[in-house]
Amino acid sequence: MNPTGPALRRSAEALSGALPPLLVAAEHLANSVLPGAHGRRRAGSGAEFWQFRPVHAGDAASRIDWRRSARGDDLFVREREWQAARAVTLWVDDGAAMAFSADKNRPTKARHARLLALALALVLLRGGERVGLAEADLAPRAGRAQADLLAMALADESVAGGEHGAVDLHAAPVGGHVVLFSDFLGDMAPVEAALALAAARSMRGILVQVLDPVEEGFPFDGRTRFESMSGHLSHETLRASDLRSAYRDRLAARKDRLAALARQTGWHATTLHTDRAPALGLLWLYQALGGQK
Amino acid sequence: MNLAALGFAAPWVLWALVALPILWWLLRAVPPAPVRRRFPGVALLLGLRDKDPESQRTPWWLLLLRVAALAALILALAGPVLNPSRVVPGQGPLLVVMDASWASARDWPRRIERVTQALEAAQRAGRTVSVVELTDPPAVAPEFRAADHWRERLPGLMPRPWSPASDLPAWTADLPPGTETLWISDGLARDGRAALLAALAGSGPVSVFEPATPVLALAPPVFDGQAVTVTARRTPGGVQELTLNALGRDPAGAERVLDHAALRFAAGAVNADARFDLPPELRNRVTRFQIDGARGAGTVALTDDSLQRRKVALLSVREGSERLALLSPLHYLREALRPSADVIESASLDDLLLAGPDVIVLADMPGLTEGESQALLHWVEEGGLLLRFAGPRMAGAGASAALGGGGGGQQDDPLLPVRLRAGGRTVGGAMSWGDPRSLAPFPDQSPFVGLPVPADVGIRAQVLAQPGPDLAAHTIAALADGTPLVTRAARGAGQVVLFHVTANAEWSNLPLSGLFVQMLDRLAISTRGARPDAGDLAGTHWQPQEVMDGFGLLSRADDRAAVPGEDLAPVLSGERQPGPDLQPGLYAGTALRIAVNATDAQTPLTPAQWPLGTVVETGARQAEVPLAGYLFAAAAAVLILDALATLALGGRLLRAAMLVFALGLAASPRAQAQAPTGDVDPRILQATENVVLAAVATGDPQVDAVALAGLRGLSDALYARSSVEPGDPMRVDIETDELSVFPFLYWPVTADSPLPSAQAYDKLNRYLRTGGMILFDTRDAEQARLTGGTTAAGRRLQDIAAGLDIPPLEPVPADHVLTRTFYLLTDFPGRYQGGTVWVESAPADAQQAEGMPFRNLNDGVSPVVVGSNDWASAWAVDEQGVPMAQVGRGTTGERQREMAMRFGVNLIMYVLSGNYKSDQVHVPALLERLGQ
Repeated sequence: MNPTGPALRRSAEALSGALPPLLVAAEHLANSVLPGAHGRRRAGSGAEFWQFRPVHAGDAASRIDWRRSARGDDLFVREREWQAARAVTLWVDDGAAMAFSADKNRPTKARHARLLALALALVLLRGGERVGLAEADLAPRAGRAQADLLAMALADESVAGGEHGAVDLHAAPVGGHVVLFSDFLGDMAPVEAALALAAARSMRGILVQVLDPVEEGFPFDGRTRFESMSGHLSHETLRASDLRSAYRDRLAARKDRLAALARQTGWHATTLHTDRAPALGLLWLYQALGGQK
Repeated sequence: MNLAALGFAAPWVLWALVALPILWWLLRAVPPAPVRRRFPGVALLLGLRDKDPESQRTPWWLLLLRVAALAALILALAGPVLNPSRVVPGQGPLLVVMDASWASARDWPRRIERVTQALEAAQRAGRTVSVVELTDPPAVAPEFRAADHWRERLPGLMPRPWSPASDLPAWTADLPPGTETLWISDGLARDGRAALLAALAGSGPVSVFEPATPVLALAPPVFDGQAVTVTARRTPGGVQELTLNALGRDPAGAERVLDHAALRFAAGAVNADARFDLPPELRNRVTRFQIDGARGAGTVALTDDSLQRRKVALLSVREGSERLALLSPLHYLREALRPSADVIESASLDDLLLAGPDVIVLADMPGLTEGESQALLHWVEEGGLLLRFAGPRMAGAGASAALGGGGGGQQDDPLLPVRLRAGGRTVGGAMSWGDPRSLAPFPDQSPFVGLPVPADVGIRAQVLAQPGPDLAAHTIAALADGTPLVTRAARGAGQVVLFHVTANAEWSNLPLSGLFVQMLDRLAISTRGARPDAGDLAGTHWQPQEVMDGFGLLSRADDRAAVPGEDLAPVLSGERQPGPDLQPGLYAGTALRIAVNATDAQTPLTPAQWPLGTVVETGARQAEVPLAGYLFAAAAAVLILDALATLALGGRLLRAAMLVFALGLAASPRAQAQAPTGDVDPRILQATENVVLAAVATGDPQVDAVALAGLRGLSDALYARSSVEPGDPMRVDIETDELSVFPFLYWPVTADSPLPSAQAYDKLNRYLRTGGMILFDTRDAEQARLTGGTTAAGRRLQDIAAGLDIPPLEPVPADHVLTRTFYLLTDFPGRYQGGTVWVESAPADAQQAEGMPFRNLNDGVSPVVVGSNDWASAWAVDEQGVPMAQVGRGTTGERQREMAMRFGVNLIMYVLSGNYKSDQVHVPALLERLGQ
């Protein structure tokens, strides 16, 4: 795709038009979580004070804390706590299925997921983590500038061709963390492949299943022809109410499968709904991420 | 409506109804269209199977709807007809026998319609037809021809105002065998019917058409001296309420209903009376009685002279001397005659004769000239009744004639029934020998016979007749001593009657008694009213004046041949009914008009009895109503409902509705564009933004232009001089424009200004009541000053203002607030000056305030100001602001124009600020209180 000048500008404007609301909402959301650098409870190359210790031989003179040393005769060195910045890679499913909302007052699943992702990124960035997207040119970096880049990337709500997007974790840093946002209602094979790759590269993470309440409750009745968002799949039933329990069973099985996958690889899995306040989900995500030492 | 009244053109189509249950089953198998839903979780659904492999059931009501639609369709295709006619096609020639009598007229169109049906059927079957009217039977055998021929002649068939002859018509013998007969009967039994029926039945089947409505007939009106009673008769039936109208000519000569009375038939009753207590003047005018809403000669009763009032002429005494009323010889006559007769009175005999009276009364000797006597005698001989009274001068004349005439007496006077002896006789007087004479009982041949003779009637003086051989024959009343009191003699067709006493109480107290009135009645009234008997009618001829047709409508018949009295007599006596040779109508003889009515009190009104087995149609059947169209419409409506319901079930009703709505919008963009503006005139909207003076359109372009220019000049002046800044003046049409946005209307009135409509009056009154003001200007002060009267425009203004709610007016008082709202003014000139300007009058209790030059008039603003000074012309300026009309001359004129302008400014200030200037009278009091 080779957009001409005006088209590019138009899309850029659309992008920047959507950006502030997403950014503002995400920041607002991020403020609800107070981050901090993850102290490692041992001396290291962090910014935080850890302890004073007497000077050993070999310590560089520049490391002596003269203010402490001046109180007595001994020379002390200020040790800082060792702080580790993690690389977190986010992925939001950009498939057509995510652009679904059963109620025009509810955000689509994609929007809900992107909001959560960006808010999580902001919180993490404030905490000094490196955050990136599972895309080629958005490798995890720290800093405010990265926040803007992420916001721009996440504000792009264009839908990929397929029903569900494919996650590609080859570019994600080894040993980093991964958060995958999707509804996980499609084919599970790519997800399993991605998780296998992540396990192989000692990545850990969270599977966040974002669902619309309708997908949970299946409140349909009568003769109905169900079509997927891209229209590729369809299923017609004469009495939709008859399918309700079967559908719910299959959904529960899918959730179980996600949970099992997560267990196998030491990941977390959760299901968030678009009709719930995103702040709760964010807090859970943050804590789940922070808890993975 | 019973089920039998429903028929089908194609009954076999109804078999399709059997298929409806199958259709029910089929429809159940076809489920409604699926709802399309986007659902990301569809991947989870793939491969799921419906629990119930059978189809989703269509809702029962949708099924019912569809089956109903189909049932309606099937029924419609079967061609249902309400009240189908079951005409059984007959064989052979068809004979239509119509009674066509006066009794058939009541529902003649139905009979004709029935005949038309029969003719149409015969035409389809190719049968020959003959139509015979029994009241106008063919001379020879009935003519059987194609139905076309008779259909053309059908509109010409009319009922006759008489009944069919009772003898068996000769043509029945010549009927071809196998003739089917349709007898259109009038419903009355009649002699000879059975014979005719037998004769007709002899040649073929007979069916009878006889509508079941009752037959009504009126008997001739009966006048009993006080009221007219009209008896209506009918064939037996239930309770029936009718109205009987008395028709006649009003004084303008137009025929109209003079009176009406209710006719109420009790259930089963055959007679009902209507009583008309009419004043004589009205009764004289009645020409016929007619049952309201009924048709036919039987429901019309013509009146003749038996209801008429007599016209009695009194020749006034010709002396110039004024005498006391009670002594006037004519007073008692007048009083006695007035209640029952039409009394005309004149001093000129010529005038009386011209009036064509029935009776002329002469009191005493009127002193007629020779020519007048001849004319009077001629009138008597033509059939008049001359009633004379004696008196002193008659006695004296007799005496003088006897003295001078050498014993001739009045023997040559044909205007006296007997010869009189000279001089009178006085009995019972102071100088006479006896008591006043009383009356002898009336002789048998006297018209007074039977009247009781009161004992207290006494005759004190009389004129005496010359005894003669014929005196006794002429005497119709005598005194107890045998001397004649009333004598009578025939003169030509008329007669002369002489009372041998005066008409006043001078000679006797007879005029004071009731007997006098009775005698006059016998003499004058009884000469009319009785129908002439056969003897009277013999040898006379009666000219038909009006004849009645079968429907009871009258037509002039002056051109018909006169009818001999011998023919009239049996009809009048009821021995026979009217017929073709003597049509019902009004017949005039020499002095009398006789009405012959289609029916009388003896006309038989028994319902016809048909032998058992005769097919009698009553015609109560309603017309055929094909129902297929309704059923098709119902099917279509049900199918539309079905479509809507299906859409609703599929969740697509809203979308479909929106689509239809969008199509509708696209189809009518103009309607959409106009909708928001509604019918508010943009001009009126503009007028709400500012103070706008308005002129009422008069229809005269010149006047309208000047009025608008005048308001423009006034608006300019207001703009320049005051804080009022009016917009451009407008012309308003009081019929169509909204007035409430204008504070002030200038209404120039011309002689031919149109009157506002009732709606406009409503609007104007609302305008005036809610604070609007109208300045009426008749623009003719100059003309009014010159002519000194009300001008044409002034009268028009009165006409226009009659419908307006205008309070009492008075000329502008010197202290009216109009004189000081802006400028101080004393008069209000326009182009003219001196015309009075009227405003609402001040309340009577207005007080002059202490120390103030003005009365305390604080309430109310006059809703109208009326004047004639043509202010608009004085105010009028053209587009450049140059005055348009000349006012006065030179500087005086300019001054007058300035004053006119000042009046305008004052007026608008008055309109806008009301009586605020009047309130200034309180200022000293307020200042005083503030100072404290």
